[in-house]
Formats: sequence, structure tokens, C-alpha cells
Amino acid sequence: MMDDALAQAVSLLASTLRLAVPLVLAALAGLFAERSGVVDIGLEGKMLAAAFASAAVAHVSGSPWMGLTAAVAVSCALAGVHAYACVTQRGNQVVAGMAINVLAAGTTVVLAYAWFNEGGNTPALPDPARFRAIELPLAAALSGVPVLGRIYAGVVSGHNILVYAAAMLVPLVSFVVFRTRFGLRLRAVGENPHAVDTAGISVSWLRYRAMFACGALCGIAGAYLSTAQGAAFQREMTAGRGFLALAALIFGKWMPVPAVLACLLFAFADALQGRLQGVELPGIGVVPVQAIQAMPYLLTVLLLAGFVGRAVAPKASGVPYAKEK
Amino acid sequence: MEGVAALALSGVDKRFGAVHANRAIDLSVAPGSIHGIVGENGAGKSTLMGVVYGYYRPDAGSIRVDGTPVDIASPQDAIRAGIGMVHQHFMLVETFTVLENILLGAEGGALLARGEIEAREGLARLMAEYALDVDLDARVADLDVGAQQRVEILKALWRGARILILDEPTAVLTPQETDRLFALLAKWRAQGRTVVLITHKLREILAITDRVTVMRRGAVVATLETARTSQDELAELMVGRRVLLRVDKRAAVPGAEILRAENLRHVDVRGVERLRGVSFAVHAGEIVGIAGVSGNGQSELVETLAGLKPLAGGTIVYKGARLGPPGTADAARAVRHAHIAHVPEDRLRMGLIASFAARESAILGYHEDGELGPGPFLDPDATRRRTARLMAAFDVRPPLPDLRSGSFSGGNQQKIVLGREIDRDPDLLIVGQPTRGVDIGAIEFIHRRLVALRDAGKAILLVSCELDEILSLADRILVMFDGRIAGELPRAGADEKHLGLLMAGSAAA
Repeated sequence: MMDDALAQAVSLLASTLRLAVPLVLAALAGLFAERSGVVDIGLEGKMLAAAFASAAVAHVSGSPWMGLTAAVAVSCALAGVHAYACVTQRGNQVVAGMAINVLAAGTTVVLAYAWFNEGGNTPALPDPARFRAIELPLAAALSGVPVLGRIYAGVVSGHNILVYAAAMLVPLVSFVVFRTRFGLRLRAVGENPHAVDTAGISVSWLRYRAMFACGALCGIAGAYLSTAQGAAFQREMTAGRGFLALAALIFGKWMPVPAVLACLLFAFADALQGRLQGVELPGIGVVPVQAIQAMPYLLTVLLLAGFVGRAVAPKASGVPYAKEK
Repeated sequence: MEGVAALALSGVDKRFGAVHANRAIDLSVAPGSIHGIVGENGAGKSTLMGVVYGYYRPDAGSIRVDGTPVDIASPQDAIRAGIGMVHQHFMLVETFTVLENILLGAEGGALLARGEIEAREGLARLMAEYALDVDLDARVADLDVGAQQRVEILKALWRGARILILDEPTAVLTPQETDRLFALLAKWRAQGRTVVLITHKLREILAITDRVTVMRRGAVVATLETARTSQDELAELMVGRRVLLRVDKRAAVPGAEILRAENLRHVDVRGVERLRGVSFAVHAGEIVGIAGVSGNGQSELVETLAGLKPLAGGTIVYKGARLGPPGTADAARAVRHAHIAHVPEDRLRMGLIASFAARESAILGYHEDGELGPGPFLDPDATRRRTARLMAAFDVRPPLPDLRSGSFSGGNQQKIVLGREIDRDPDLLIVGQPTRGVDIGAIEFIHRRLVALRDAGKAILLVSCELDEILSLADRILVMFDGRIAGELPRAGADEKHLGLLMAGSAAA
């Protein structure tokens, strides 16, 4: 019984981690954009386009790394378009972000039909064209050790390389944002771009760089969805993760670590709903699948509405920069 | 001019669309001097300094620093040329610490840690040398404006500025803080550094500068030795005609009590207590002036009296009866119906709507008047007629009721707002910062209208951060500090020094 519970917990945590990865990457991507003063609701579209590019290129080339490169390139290109619209042309950031989402949702499906003719999806990738699970050293040996060994083997080990990459990106992004020159300027430009301009720093170039960082991270997130977690691109496969990541970012008050914790919370709810489907709950009975599937989203609404307190966004977020006059 | 100019402009020309902001400006600033630049709002002072600081690209003209031609395409180039600037609206990141603000753009490496250590040492030396004490680890948002200005100055010094441009630096300071700033500028001058001081306060020009350049409508009209000029001459040059700087008025004849505030308290949305028990009275036929450094509760006082913000305690008695609680949906309307007029401090935020035609802005708040149209409808011709009448009475230029409100100059916008409010024959006028961003000619007009209203037996509550304005208009002066009335003085017994101490919270009345 005890053993069974541990097995359940290990598998639940492992799937939480797997589900959290795209959220974490997208939230960090959004952090760069929003800290620089660009509201990015286009995370979803960038991820989706990246997922398609990654699966398509991995399918053709047989290499997940080629897929990843393509994903980052496509996502960065979209980020560049977004930056051009929002920074250079000072367009409305929400409209531009939405345009990217619509563009990605339509283009990916159309191209998938045209190139692969599989109902808007890409063909299933064979294993060598995907990022596969990596067994960490000693995982098998330690799996016999009670609790800690089991956790090491079941939760820590056995993920693909992108999961570990995401885990390492969290402290890295924290360091960049809070301990480097680029980070200082990034935080400043989202609060008061005039101060940045008068300090002799280009506001536009700074925002472009932030958007490219955002694009790169969305690219990795997209590649993860279609070539690591999944084995093909499916239409609309991001399923609102970009928006969920944005919610996590707000919940985490635009700070990397709290935002990542929020992502883990959402992922945990997601993992839990997968396990609760069809399970008879004591005293309640079987809850309809739809209600359980809605759980992570309900959680988001509740958290954002009730527990965030006063989330203070970067002050210049959403405001195109113009010198006075 | 002795030797090579520290800063020399020749033929600087700049247009923004149809506005010719700078017309072939020639300017020469001697090294080791304090050079004043005066002019009305919109005379092109700030644009010119924006050009020098690389904020704007001039359409024509050249700049020399210490005799060397420099191409200043961005603030970075200006900083490299040794030019520092303290902007009127501080260029600080409020959520950052003082140190982070100073480091921004001068980080000393890709990682912050090393630059921070260096900056702490260097800044400690600068702070000691120039008596510019600030806590490097304090958040800028928590500092008062005087300290924020010191941060701006430190920023410029840390970047090695030899020529320092200050844009309206004293607008936010108490007289004592101003003295302190001027002592600092004098010390620099003694060290051979150069200061360019932009201000509209002629008294300050006379007090500290060596030479002064007067600008009008984008052009330099004169450069004078300060010692050989006078306030009246400068004012005349600025406006282009003779200006009466002092307001002529008879002694007040106060009548019945119109307004009595009893122990007013207000807590803002962030939970900060902005009014901590404010009591005073205003009588018919007098102007009560409220002085103080901005941010000490004056705005909140005006807005609660106007019905816009709720009270956490206290009562407002108007003509002997208690006024309903402010901050409720109908409070501002009830206040207007009671013949209380309100000219808000920030005309663009609360006084009028920039994108509306003047005839629309000129009826805001009174738009339900029957004469403006039947029932829920507005008759454009009726609004036009009323606005034309207001514009004639208040000398609004150009007198075009259909012109966009935002296209008028600050002074004319203010005259539209003032006209709208005075036109309804109020018994009490609450007016905040009536001449902020208003040119001298319009100031003269507005002051005369306020005194005329007083002489007609109306009560006026005047809130202003301009001490000169308070001193020339008010019959009684209240000083606010930290949400309280720090003291009350009759006009006759008020001197600037005592007021300054009250404004800084360091004296009892």
C-alpha cells in the first residue's frame, strides 16, 4: 500500500515536471518581453509556429536538433515581426500579439496540409527524430533505494534533454535579469524608458534584444511540445499554454522563480486531472471528465482573481515609447 | 567673451511638424560660469537643451564643446562630450535603488557586481565633496523630490559631466533646498565647471547666473550680463511687451464664512494617510492661499473639497450647512450645484479633454444646463455660442470654439477652464495651481481675474506650489506639510524664509 502510494506520487511528480516545461519556458520568454515593456500575448503563436517548424524539420532531416534550430529561428522571426510592429512602428502590442496568434494558428495548419497531407498535422516522428529520455547515471542502481532512490530514478532521471535545459534556464534567467548589465537595463526599460534613453542607451535595440530572447525561449518550448513530449505537430497543440504561462508570470509578479513555481502549480493541476479522470472519489463518485479537465483553468482563474493581491506590472509595459513632443 | 566657450551653438534650427521650435539659435556659454536661459513656455528652451543633450536631432546648426565641433546624435554622445542633464521630470526608475539608477548606462562591465563596488567608493567621495547625501540603497520611489534631484545630479557627476544643464530645477524645491542647490552650483563654478540653468523664475536668474539668454517664440532675443539687467527688463524681453509682475489689489474685506473644513482626513488607495486632520475656514471676499511643496496633501485636499475623493473623517461645512460626503457618485455634481467651482491642478488630466473641441471642454460639468440643448441632447450651436462668449470674456486665443482643446497653449487652455468655472458665478472657487505651465502674459490675466472675483465678494481657496503666486494673491496663507496645516500666517506677516521653514516641516507657526 505504502509502496503503491509512493509509486503514484513519483509518477505524478514526473508528469508534473514534463507538463511544466513548456509553461516554464514560455513564462521566462514572457518575462523578457514584459520586463522590457512589451506585453506579449503572442507567446502562444510563437510556440505553435515553433512546434510546427520543429516537427516538420525533424521529420525531413531526421534530427531533433535541426528541428530545434528551425523552431528557434521561426519563433525569433515572429518575435522580430512583433518587435517591428510594437517597437519600431509603435503599434498596439495586444493587437500585434493577437495577430501573431492568428497567423500561427492558420499558417501551421495550411502548411501541414500542403506539405504532409495528414489533416493539418505532421507525420509521427520516429524515435531518432525526437528528444528521447535520458537515464541519469546510477538511476537504475539507485532505484532499489527506498524513497530517495525511487525519487531520483523516477522523478529526476528519465527525462529528455530539454527538461534539464529548462531546469537550468531558470537560475540562468534569474542571474541575467538581476545580476547583469543587460538585466539592469531590461528592468529599467520596462519601468521608465525615458530614463534609459537619457542614460544614453537605445530603447529600441534593448526591446528588440528582449524580444529575441523571448522568441528563442518560445522556440524551445514549441520544439519540446512536438519533438520531445509529443512525436508530431498537431493543430492547435499549444492549447492555451502561452496564455497560461502569461497568467503564471502575472501570478509570479514578473519574477523568474515565483513565476516558475506558478507554472509548476498549474502543471501539477494538469497532471492531477489526468489521473483523476474516471477515478471514483470517496464521497463524490465519478466526476465528469469535463469538470476535471477544466480544473487547471479554474485554478488559474481562482488564483489570479483571489490570491495575487496587487500585481504591479512593469510600469511602461504595453506603452510604445515615444519621446515627448 | 573670454577665451573659448565651454558650449557654443550656432544656427541650431529645429521644427516639429508645423511648429518651429528653434530658429537659428546662436548661444555661447563661457567656461566656469552659470548661464541662465529664460523664456515663456513654448519658447523653445527645453527643445534647445534636448538638442544639446542628443535627445532631438537639429535640422540645421552645429555644436562645439570647448571649441571642438561635436556631433551629438544621442544622449550617449552628449555624455561622452562631458554634458550632463538634470531633467525637469526626473529620469529615474522608481522601483530601482539609488545605486541601480546611477549605474544604469554606466555599469562598468557586463556583470553588475564589480561596477557596484567601484561606484559605491566613487559616489561616497562625490557625496562628501558636494554635500549630496542620499542613501544609495534606498528605493527611489521612497525618496522625497529633493533627494531624487540629488540622485539626478549624482548621476550626471558620476558620468563625468563638466557642463551641467538643469531644467527648471527649483520647481519642486523649498526655498531652503533651493539655497542649497545654488550653493552647490556656485561651488562648481568656482571649480571651473559650467552650468546652464533653465528656469522661468526671474528672481533666481538674478540671484545666481552670470549671464542670461532670453528666448521668445523659438528664437534668442537677447543675451545679457545678469548684473546689468532687471526682472522687469527680462520679463519684457520674454513677453515682448511690458508686463505687470506685481498684482495690484486692495486689502481684503472678508465677509461671512463660506467654507469650513473640520478635521479632514483622507486615506489613499494604497492606505497612506494623505490628510491628517485639516481644519480651516474661507470667508467671502478673501483669497486663502495654501502653500507647500507638492505632495504634502494639497492635491488630496482640493479633490476632497471638490467631491472627487472620499473622506476618512471630518466634515465640510458650506454656507452653514454640512456638505454631503465626497467621493460618491453624485458628489462632484452636488458640489457644482451648490455653486462651488473647481479648477483642477492638472488641466490636461482633469480640467479638459485634449481631444475634444474647445466648445466641448468649455461645458464639461455644466453640460446638463438647459440652455445647451433640449433634454439629453446637446445643441452644437448653443455650445458654440457659449464658448465664444467665454473666449471673448477670458481673452482666449485663438477664439475658435471648434479648435481641439489640446491645440491651445497651456495658458489659453487654463483660461478656458477658468472661464468655464467663473462663468457660473460661483460663491466659492477652489483653484489648484492656476498658472502651472502658463506663460507670463496669461499669468498676469489669470491673477487679475482671481482678484476681481474676490473683490466681487466671492471666496477663493488657492492652492499653489509657487510661493510668489501665494505671496502676491493670498490674503491669508496656510502652509501644508505632511497632510497637516503646519501654520497659518496673515499675508502681511508672511516672509519667505518663515514660509520655507514651515514648508519643510521644520518650524512651528
